[in-house]
Amino acid sequence: MTSPLLEMHGIGKRFPGVIALNNVSLEVFPGEIVALVGENGAGKSTLMKILGGIHQPDEGTIHINGDAVTIHNVNDSMRLGIGFIHQELNVFPNLDVAANVYLGREPVNAGFLRLIDRTKIEAATATLLKRLGVDVSPRTQLSELSIAQQQMVEIAKALSLNTRLLIMDEPTSSLTLTETTRLLEVVQDLRAQGVSVIYISHRLGEITEIADRVVVLRDGANAGTLQRDEITHDKMVTLMVGRALQHVHTPKEANAHPNYFVVENLRTKRYADKAVSFGVGKGEVLGVSGLIGAGRSEVAQAIFGVEPMLGGRVLLDGNPLLIKSSQDAIKHGICLIPEDRRHLGLVMDWTIQDNTTLATLTDYAKAGLIDFAAENKVAVEMSQKLRVKAPSVATKVSQLSGGNQQKVVLAKWLLQKLKVIIFDEPTRGIDIGAKSEIYELINQLAADGVAVIVISSDLEEILRISDRVAVLHEGKLTGILPRAECNEEAIMRLAVGSE
Amino acid sequence: MKKELGIFILLVVLCAITAILNPRFLTPVNLQNTARLIGAFGILSLGLGVVIITSGIDLSVGSVMALLGVLLSMAITQWHVPGIIAVLLIILGGMALGSLHGFLVSKVRIQPFIVTLCGLLFYRGAARFVASDETKGFGSATGLEHLQSLAIGNIFGIPTPFVLLLIASIVMWVLIHRSVYGRYLFAVGNNEDAARYSGINARWIIASAYVVCGALTGLAAVIFAFYTNSVSPSSHGNFFELYGIAAAVLGGCSLRGGEGSVIGILLGTALLQVLQNLVNLLGIPSSLNFAVMGAVILMGVLADQLLKSRK
Repeated sequence: MTSPLLEMHGIGKRFPGVIALNNVSLEVFPGEIVALVGENGAGKSTLMKILGGIHQPDEGTIHINGDAVTIHNVNDSMRLGIGFIHQELNVFPNLDVAANVYLGREPVNAGFLRLIDRTKIEAATATLLKRLGVDVSPRTQLSELSIAQQQMVEIAKALSLNTRLLIMDEPTSSLTLTETTRLLEVVQDLRAQGVSVIYISHRLGEITEIADRVVVLRDGANAGTLQRDEITHDKMVTLMVGRALQHVHTPKEANAHPNYFVVENLRTKRYADKAVSFGVGKGEVLGVSGLIGAGRSEVAQAIFGVEPMLGGRVLLDGNPLLIKSSQDAIKHGICLIPEDRRHLGLVMDWTIQDNTTLATLTDYAKAGLIDFAAENKVAVEMSQKLRVKAPSVATKVSQLSGGNQQKVVLAKWLLQKLKVIIFDEPTRGIDIGAKSEIYELINQLAADGVAVIVISSDLEEILRISDRVAVLHEGKLTGILPRAECNEEAIMRLAVGSE
Repeated sequence: MKKELGIFILLVVLCAITAILNPRFLTPVNLQNTARLIGAFGILSLGLGVVIITSGIDLSVGSVMALLGVLLSMAITQWHVPGIIAVLLIILGGMALGSLHGFLVSKVRIQPFIVTLCGLLFYRGAARFVASDETKGFGSATGLEHLQSLAIGNIFGIPTPFVLLLIASIVMWVLIHRSVYGRYLFAVGNNEDAARYSGINARWIIASAYVVCGALTGLAAVIFAFYTNSVSPSSHGNFFELYGIAAAVLGGCSLRGGEGSVIGILLGTALLQVLQNLVNLLGIPSSLNFAVMGAVILMGVLADQLLKSRK
């Protein structure tokens, strides 16, 4: 057997008050795809930050190609051939592809002015793009590319730095299904070219597909390793959570009549010529599937009144509603848990308490003045009820994990009388444990008679929680599948609009 | 609260130094004068602070004061509007201009900097045109003593503008720090989209901030007009918007929005006026006035930055 490219051995890292990593070991062989999985807070990020030179380990050794190395900073990491593709892309939308790939190390022409050698960087970029099978000109401005293409530019940049070990953190979280398939192909091509990959993802399906080995972390320690032929969804989950997870939701047969909340011929700005109609029953969970860009979020935003409704109407219990703003929607008991938690769901600089009460503040006020004691009481109650993990409600939400942040967003809405709740990608970037809790809450809401709409790109999730599944393709509703007919294939067929 | 404490200490130190170097600082006349100016400028700064909390800015304040100032003078001396009604109309005028700014910012979505920069130019021109570029005063008008005492009078030895500032501050403190409206101001300033997604009428909140600012500007315009007793349309109120912004920033408002406090703005205003006073009392050439102010503001912000990064 060849010797490992990367050997991390006995890595320990403590932060004030927490042991982030305890005796963690990780090996990666040349041309191997190692999936690193674990719940949020399991230590994946810390371990990767050590490889990136952002944190220094307190204990343990790192060998690359057999040589002991110390990684002091990002430059060391780059020199050792380690490249990162982060979940949030690090690109400059205002520059073109070639400029992005060579940013900060532009080759220059000889001569007094030392101008950037455009010919050289464009040619080199074109070669890299070709290697990745991306059909984009090096002169295209990044803002004109899709997220998936921008990600390819990042990979091209990493390759141009002679990266031998590519670390990808949740690379598919903003990609459509076809783009995901394409990315997985690229990752496999890279493996064939001898590049090693550490692949971090919550999407276990992808991991099953491409990983040569799975390393599971739990609570800052190695929880187990699965070889290629041992990788299954259940085994990974069991190692991650340390116990077998029971499936919380058993979707009921749609017995409620789906005419409680009705959307009729709704048209949005993005697909102004396509009208969408559907109904949701009281106590029903309607999954909404489709590729990214299918116009699902736009429909949700129009219902919630934050984007204009160009046509059509919305009825609740047979009564047409006039929704011109989010205030109108909320007045009728309709709320939206937006996909972009950090920018739309929360005020990140604020505390749990201030975020929790933001939508219902007038309920804890007399004559326009806030009753702080009442406000605090409500926030504490909600945090306990939803099991938000934080020292107190005075903790800033920016310090919480994704799952806990999402619980705070939920807390904000559960404080009022809801009739319709729309979730847009409710568990994106949330670890498995918190995911189950969110599913439980969705289940509970439905049981309480709320009409629930869940938009999700995660098929597993859609299948797990929905009573029926509506599928959109480029703004058009291509079908609504009853529970009995829901399966990945049927949904995908509608999502790609092949009919 | 820490931020306010820092600037409070700075203010005390500055007062102490000035008092030691020139005991005249502590004479009743000087204290009264400084307090009078703090009162007038403080009212202005509070208004700007509200706008800055929503991540906006109002550059037109100085020009608005000139326009409202000449209009006040002309209303009373030329059009013979009863004084008290003239004063109320001027404050309403400030609110009307504020509504216009609010409309342009929140509904038409033009950047506040641009809206109010245009205002700065436009109102200055309008003031000079309306006044035929002549200095306006209250010379021969009678029956104005009560109104003039708003600017130059004292209540139990405390300058009236300072008393007015205290009243305005209490009202604003309750509004900003204790009311639902105040919480919404901070929410909108910090993250307008998240506020909208929480069912807050963000546009209305933003527009209203400019109206509040307009009302306080109107009140300050009345005080300054009576205080100077002569309103030169080309120079009255010059740079006043910058004093206000400086006071708010010194007092802990962030120009990115979502941060700030009434106490901080008051302390910021006081600090700037004491600085002016210090320049006068310590015999520093008055040509250096702005240089001293600029340097102190920069040092204040730098110190804050250093303290932050050490945490």
